[in-house]
Parts: sequence; structure tokens; C-alpha cells
Amino acid sequence: MDVTFKIKRYDPEVENPESYWQDYTVTLDDSATILDGLIKIREEVDGTLSLRCSCRSSICGSCAMRINGHAGLACKTQIHLATDDNNVITIEPAGVMPVIKDLVVDFDIFWSKIMAVDPYLKPEGPEPEAEYIASNEAMLHLSEVTACIMCGSCVSECTVMEVDPTFLGPAALAKAYRFTADPRDGDDKGLSRDRLEALNGASGMWDCTRCGECVQACPKGVAPMDRIMALREQAINAGFDNTFGARHAEAFADSVEHSGQLDELRLVPNTVGMTNLPVLLNMAPEALRALTHGKLPPIIHKKIENADRVKKLFRRVEDPDRK
Amino acid sequence: MKYAFFPGCVSRGGCPELYPAAKLICQRLDIELQEMPGASCTGAGVLQEKNEFLGDALNARTFAMAETLGIQIMTICSTCQGVMSQANRRMKNYPDYLAKINVELAEEGLEYKGTADPKHLLWIIIEDYGLDKLEALITRPLAGIRLAPFYGCYLVRPTEALDFADNPERLTSLERLIETLGATVVDFSGKTRCCGFPILTINEKNSMAMVGKHTAEAKDLGADAMITPCPLCHLNLDAFQPRASAQAQRSIDLPIIHMPQAIGLAMGISPKDMGLQRHIVSTKPLITKLGVPAG
Repeated sequence: MDVTFKIKRYDPEVENPESYWQDYTVTLDDSATILDGLIKIREEVDGTLSLRCSCRSSICGSCAMRINGHAGLACKTQIHLATDDNNVITIEPAGVMPVIKDLVVDFDIFWSKIMAVDPYLKPEGPEPEAEYIASNEAMLHLSEVTACIMCGSCVSECTVMEVDPTFLGPAALAKAYRFTADPRDGDDKGLSRDRLEALNGASGMWDCTRCGECVQACPKGVAPMDRIMALREQAINAGFDNTFGARHAEAFADSVEHSGQLDELRLVPNTVGMTNLPVLLNMAPEALRALTHGKLPPIIHKKIENADRVKKLFRRVEDPDRK
Repeated sequence: MKYAFFPGCVSRGGCPELYPAAKLICQRLDIELQEMPGASCTGAGVLQEKNEFLGDALNARTFAMAETLGIQIMTICSTCQGVMSQANRRMKNYPDYLAKINVELAEEGLEYKGTADPKHLLWIIIEDYGLDKLEALITRPLAGIRLAPFYGCYLVRPTEALDFADNPERLTSLERLIETLGATVVDFSGKTRCCGFPILTINEKNSMAMVGKHTAEAKDLGADAMITPCPLCHLNLDAFQPRASAQAQRSIDLPIIHMPQAIGLAMGISPKDMGLQRHIVSTKPLITKLGVPAG
């Protein structure tokens, strides 16, 4: 089939470099991948087209790019699944990371985040006589997160990194979870306190906005956002419960436990603290506007019918004696 | 057509104009709604940060109530929909997990059999009701109005939980609705991105940067308003737009319309009955352009 690749290009070596679109039409087998198409263009049509690739079998993680607006591996995407009605595929470099040339981006920001979470086991206490033993069951649940091939697809799509480059981001936080959830890391119970404390800080686990872009983009099923949620649960359980993020989750749960639904009016004060005047005053303009537009949440918070049943469910599930 | 109505907390709290607007248009569409006064909050993904099992159990409880009624659930919030879909997928994919949850539900005499299929009103209109049937009820097409779609993360990701493979039309549902209402779609890069609401109290600067980026992009592309099926997105994009505008150091003034309000306007319902006067960013320029009296 004849496929048109609409490629976003960028050449840093011209005067006043700016990105621009260029179309290439090539004939490919129906079973070809996007990477097959791009290599054909580079080999046979335009040798100046730059891209990274190596293994062609979604193992090396080199060919992540935006395909029709969303990051993915060019070698893992078949053309017949990506073409529109006019047999056109749109190709752009990955997002968040700066473009070096055409489809090649600078991974410095990606690697600096990975290095920032100390991506290696840090066992505490005395060393065992022989190797560190980890049971099969304790490691099996890590198989999905260790499948990460560092392709950067999740970072490319991260809605927080897009506006804030200081955020640790999905790849590094998923990598951090790979160690906090490893029974060999941390103290003799496998609790990685120091890591959780560091990840609990600014630009860490609580800055994720739960948009799910990373889960959707990951070609290996790592589901970084789900790992970030698991990190939050670990941090709260380890006693790191005094961040706005942890207190927001706590206040939210508390409201649902006691009334079955969310008490929006009290969520913010319960999160930031009733006496935290600077933060509360900061939100005053919005509260005032809501009031004058008749949309301040009800002062008297209503309970759902039989709210006590929800409360009992909370008590049963959260009963520490059952764990 | 009859559904078990799950309005969610925000449509009666921070966005009180949404609940009556949704009920009114369903009445006009002859979609019967049965309330579930004992249904709890979905957990909104926040409770799940603390305890995912507990969140899933709450949703299983709501699903079991709908099963007892013998009807499917209708949501009017992208977040409620996504959280329910994700919980449902876990329970359907892992029968052992569902069995564990049912042990908890049994304490109050409930059992979730796994037959619930909660749907957002947007999907119901397209998949169950039919856009052609809706088109026949449109008496005041939104001709000349440029609307930018803003889905809300949970209504578009993860696609596996939302059954996009079996329902590919969900990917462009909002655009198709806009066209059916007679308005023009303003396609922009932010339409499936995050509004920033979940981190509003945690990282206000980032949250406001997201609001500013998306509303400004749509505005600059000539949108008269943004339309969203998610009241949480609405809260951030509308109520916090003045703050985002100040942070971005530029004017934006883009009205944010709930999806049912746009449907109501096109069906000839008055802006007042759709609650447009309760928005923070004034909807007056939009109403004027529509050429209808505000009342």
C-alpha cells in the first residue's frame, strides 16, 4: 500500500532553525511497521532524515516518537493500524524532551530523573552470609515494572513534566517503586523509609496529576501511574502522612467514610489545615466568587441513604487486625 | 430507555448547575432516570491512592444496587465514569478479586454478579440513543458557534478499561456531538490532556499552568466556548480560570460549558434553565452570539 508519512522535521544547523512538516509517500507491505517505513524513507528517499532505532522488536527502546499525536514505539506499530482514511500517518518527535534533530530528542532530562532515584538496590543492616534471598511470590508482582525499556514514551506524554521540568516523572517514579517494593531494599522488613521520604518531597510522587497518559503510552505494560499510586499508599502506610497530598487523600477518604460522599466545602481546609490562614486566604477569591454565583457547596453536608453501611465497610476493610 | 442515575458528588456540590441541567435534558430526550440514594462516591481515584481495594468495593456496592434494579448505570462525570470502568475491569478480569470484594458486600446482603456496564451520558446518547434521534429534537442549532472539546482524562484513558476497542466511536464522541448540535469543532492539542484539578491543592502553580495552557490555546484558535463532559474539569477550567489567567499574564475569558448545557441550548431550553448564569467566566458573550434571550 502507498502510505504518506507527514513528518515534523527540525534542522539545528540552518540559520534561524524552526520545525516544519514534510510529506513522504512510500509503498510498503500491509504488514510493515512504521519503523520499516521511516527506514525506507531514509535509505531510499531522503538520507537527511534523522531518527534513532536499533532492535526493531520493541526491546531496545530507541524508536519512541509521537505517532498520530501520541508517543509509542515505531517498531511496535503496524502501518495499517495507524493510517487514516487517506493513508496518512503523522510522525513527530517525542514530547517534553528537547529536539536535537528531526525525530531525535535529547534524553538528558530522562536520565537525570532516573539517576535521581538511585536506581539500584540499597539494602540496610548487616549483609547476609550468602546472597540476598527473595521469594518468587515477593518478586513476581515486579515483573511488569521491571519490563521498562527506558524508551521515554511515558515522559513524552507526561502532562506535569510538560509544564514543570522539575517533576521526577513517570519513568523515574516507576523505577523507584521497583525498589521500594523489592523485599531486599530498605530495612529487614523490606521497608525503604529513606527512599519514601525523599520521594514524598517536592516534585515527587504527589505532583502526579493522575492523567493516565503514561499508562496509555507505555509499550511494555509498566503502567507508571499505577506504581505512583502504590508509592503513595506505601508512603502513607510508612507514616509519611503530613504532605498536602497525603492529607488530601486522608480528608477525602474521611468524608466518604462518614457521609458516603464528598464534602467539597471542607476538603480544602481539611487538607491544608483549618488554621493555615495564608493558604486558606489564597483560595478566598474563588470561594467568594462561588458564593456570589450560587455555587458554593452546601454548608450542611448531606449523607447518602444508609451512610452507616459505607462506614461499616470502611471499618471492615481497614481493620488492622485483619491484615 | 431507563438508567440508574449516578450524578456524582460535584454535580450537586461545586457545579450545582450540572445536575438539574442533565435531568432536564434527559426528560426532554425521554430517558428515564432512577436515582440510587444509597450509592456512595466512587472514590474519584483519590481514595484509591490510600486503598484501592476499598475504592473498588465501594463501586462494586453501587454496581450491585444497579443489578438489583435490573438497569445499567448512567454517569455525567468523566471521573466517575473512568473510576467505575477501571474498578469494573479489575473485578471482571480477576474473579478471585471479585469474590474477595463480594465477601465484604455480603455483610450488607449485597452481591455484585459482574454484569454492570456503567456509561457516561455522552456514550449513551451516541451508542444507545442515537445522534439522528437527537438531531430530530434540535430546534435551535448552535450554528456559527465554535466549541473546543475537552474530554477529561478519565473518559479517554486507559482505553482498555474504557472498552475503546469494542467502541471506537468513543474516541471522537464529543466532536460528533458538537457537530450534531450544529456547532463547529475547534480541534486543539489540549482536548484529551489534563485540566490539572487533581493537584490543585498540592501544586497550584502546575495546576494553573495546565488551565492556562488549554484555555488559551482554544481561545487563540477562535473558540467561543469549551465544552466538557467532566464537572471536575469544569471546576478548574471555569472557577480557577481567573487565577490561571493572572499566572499566565494574559486575558483568556473562555466560557466553559457542561455537555448537557450545550445539548439543552440546542434543544431550545433557555440559558437560565441550563444554569449558565452560575458560571464564573461569563457566558453572556456566548449567549449573545447565539442570539437568544438569557432568561
